Amino acid sequence: MGAEHQRGRKALDEVVRSVLPVVLALVVAGLIILAMGSNPLDFFAGVWTYGVTGSNWQRSLVLMAPLLIVAVGLIVAFRGQLWNLGYNGQYLLGAVVASGFGPYLFDAMPVWLATIVIFLGSLLVGAIWSLVPSILKARYGTNEIITSLVMSFIGIGVANLLIKGPFKDTTTPQPQTAVIGDENLLAYIPGTSIHVGLIIALVLAVVAQFVFSRTSFGLRMDIFGASPKAARHVGINSTWMVILLFALSSGLIAFAGAVDVLGQYSYQRANWNPHYGDAVMPFVFLARLSPIAAIPLVGFYAVLATGGTLAAQQAGLNVDFLLVIVGLILIFMTITEYVGERRRLGQSYLPPGLRRTLARPFQTGAARKES
Amino acid sequence: MTTPIAPDVISLRGITKAFPGVVANDHISLDIVSGQVHCLLGENGAGKSTLISILAGMQQPDSGTIAINGVPAAINSPKVAVDYGIGVVHQHSTLVPAFTVLENLMLGESGLMLEKKRAVERLDELAELLGAQIDPNVLASDLGLGQQQQVEIAKAIWKGSRLLILDEPTSMLTPQAIEHLAESVDRVKRQGLAVVFITHKLREAYSMGDCVTVLRGGRNVGHISVEELASYDEQQAQDAILSAMFGEDIATVGADAAELAGATAATREIQAIDLDRRAVRLSLAGVSSRGNSRDVEVSDVTLELHEGEILGIAGIDGHGQGALAEVVAGQRTAHAGRVNFDGEDVTRLGVRRRQQLGIRYVTDDRLHEGTIGSMSVALNLVVKRIGQRPFWRFGQIQRKAVDAEAAAQIAKYEIRTPSPATRAGTLSGGNIQKILLARELTNGAQLVVVNKPTYGLDLKTVHLVREILIDFAAKGGSVLLLSTDLDELVELSHRIEIVSSGRIVGSVANDGPGTAEKVGQYMTGAIEGVH
Repeated sequence: MGAEHQRGRKALDEVVRSVLPVVLALVVAGLIILAMGSNPLDFFAGVWTYGVTGSNWQRSLVLMAPLLIVAVGLIVAFRGQLWNLGYNGQYLLGAVVASGFGPYLFDAMPVWLATIVIFLGSLLVGAIWSLVPSILKARYGTNEIITSLVMSFIGIGVANLLIKGPFKDTTTPQPQTAVIGDENLLAYIPGTSIHVGLIIALVLAVVAQFVFSRTSFGLRMDIFGASPKAARHVGINSTWMVILLFALSSGLIAFAGAVDVLGQYSYQRANWNPHYGDAVMPFVFLARLSPIAAIPLVGFYAVLATGGTLAAQQAGLNVDFLLVIVGLILIFMTITEYVGERRRLGQSYLPPGLRRTLARPFQTGAARKES
Repeated sequence: MTTPIAPDVISLRGITKAFPGVVANDHISLDIVSGQVHCLLGENGAGKSTLISILAGMQQPDSGTIAINGVPAAINSPKVAVDYGIGVVHQHSTLVPAFTVLENLMLGESGLMLEKKRAVERLDELAELLGAQIDPNVLASDLGLGQQQQVEIAKAIWKGSRLLILDEPTSMLTPQAIEHLAESVDRVKRQGLAVVFITHKLREAYSMGDCVTVLRGGRNVGHISVEELASYDEQQAQDAILSAMFGEDIATVGADAAELAGATAATREIQAIDLDRRAVRLSLAGVSSRGNSRDVEVSDVTLELHEGEILGIAGIDGHGQGALAEVVAGQRTAHAGRVNFDGEDVTRLGVRRRQQLGIRYVTDDRLHEGTIGSMSVALNLVVKRIGQRPFWRFGQIQRKAVDAEAAAQIAKYEIRTPSPATRAGTLSGGNIQKILLARELTNGAQLVVVNKPTYGLDLKTVHLVREILIDFAAKGGSVLLLSTDLDELVELSHRIEIVSSGRIVGSVANDGPGTAEKVGQYMTGAIEGVH
């Protein structure tokens, strides 16, 4: 019974640690809105109205599809303690595969085949784009945070060059690709206007969860993430692990770009960058790198982003206010983790130096009394 | 430095420090008097390190006081400790390898400008005091281990010290270097400094100490004062210390107590075998390794290991032992030479293939390499058999099979864990080592490479681990024992080879008294002789 009780407490603790930062961030965001002279309740009501009510929930779920795939991609790398921060470049390159080659491919072959070719192509482009940071990391131990970030900037530039150059739609003066016809886009889930990309994303999350928790590959990955030394000790080839995980991660994120273009946008404009990775990052950590746990959290953000865009405008706030909320979640997550970890270890919440300083006036008083 | 008229006394009263799950120091009281060597004796985990880190200002006690000459002293940072004249020589080198001796010594200078000239004078002064010759402009990485330690001592008493704490200073030294150290300690003491000498070897405590305090389980369980120690003969002192060190455990450890505590010179405990009649199990021929890391590689190593034999590899820590172990285990590639196992060339095989052939490796880095602390004990026990039946079928883990295996191993090796699902990292070092042994020695082990198998363990576990290895060899298993503890090598090995800078520099048959000295000579000749 004791063990059961403990497990229950641990599960509760994890839920609290995942949800509390979001709640705190929303409260503080509300205070900021108040300070800016708007009514926070109006804003949150707006998020609900424009993100959920009517058929708005469908728009939220359409946004959720690429977000969830990006989240799974990030989780693959993060579980191996590889910090793939090149998601923006990877996403845009994957999107360009769809928006750039799509118009030609759909002309040349059946829709289903063209779709598969585009998906595989985007996966491949993402995987290849990750080779530079991953090989540098595996071979020379170069910090992948820096290399993947730099490759991301290059990736964004390449995507823009392609859109303005070879893939540019010549019929419009705008720097954008040709629009893919509605008949060639991903099908809707019957009875809704949500494209099947959402189902792909959900299946991906479930499959990833299964691979991580039940298979030998998942365990090898976790060992590698926990300690590369231990991984070498049990005979895991760390060079391949770095390259494989990075390729999977980057490939999936690029795939999200292709899904987004074929599911929603149908074309791509130069200098467009939705920054999905930045937004999804805190939720990936709140989910403790579990793809299934990421589903509700990403869903929450999808509603917040969809409803929040209009709600922010109505409340007289800039759309960038959403990123403020994401930032606040990150800050509160860090604090919650710190406090939770101290509590788990049975330590005081305060750092030792601060504690002593705070306790000093009382101590001297007590000492005086004693003597 | 002036010699005070009345001796300085640093008194610790009721020092208590608890960490989650363990009380490291439980109301420890002791007096440290200048001009004396105060030996702090106790097995691993007895609370010695915690006590000195409190004295050095790196940890704060939960309760208790420290007073210097009766005046309460709040040592709440390492800087305060230095200001009080408390200097610590840590077990592992804290010198910056890329800096010269002088730069290392001046690391703690707080003035705006570096005063090199004054520093050189101070170094001369200290060199004379220690009876050592120290070249100020040599890189720390070019020093021999004994010299490094002299520099560490100089660094500790750089600012005119009151107390010098030496944390297990002999653990890395050859018998010859230990003698040098003893001389230096004696000179420092005669200058009027207090010295705290931490060790887990009884005979060092007896030969170097003026008084002895024994710690066990975080408590002060015995103190032998200066007068008492002077009045005892060797045997009496030994008995007094032993009974304090082991308490009730003395019955379970029995006659080995004295040996475990390092009271006497070590002797061989293992049965002699006739090597000529035993088949060669492992042979290395001209093996040189290459890895990505920066540690010392082995070069041109040739050795043979027979069935049922324990071959000891002696050497100062970091002289290629890790590379040798990894080259045999398959974790590091041999770019020259051949590794043969039971007559078969395994040079090109990886860890997993060698593991299946029966080549096993108990690493010295139990916490980060040998186990995955965040994973369960059960998973850690099967982690070398990932993907193999019966634990994995069609790529899927079979939790029942894993749990059954874990339960069996936990019972067999008496691993003390709340449950198989407990995270391995929360167990004690001894129990983690048992996980490693259980994993490596089961399921068809033929040859096991063990690197520093008893390092940092409590005495009861040390005893158990040695028994397990002796037992494994008696049943025909082969053991390649890499250790920096000469006593351990002498007790367990049939033969001892000496490694230095990645090369085998000598071989000693362990067949009588004087083995340790012979091994020490090879080590000294190879290492100190260079400089």
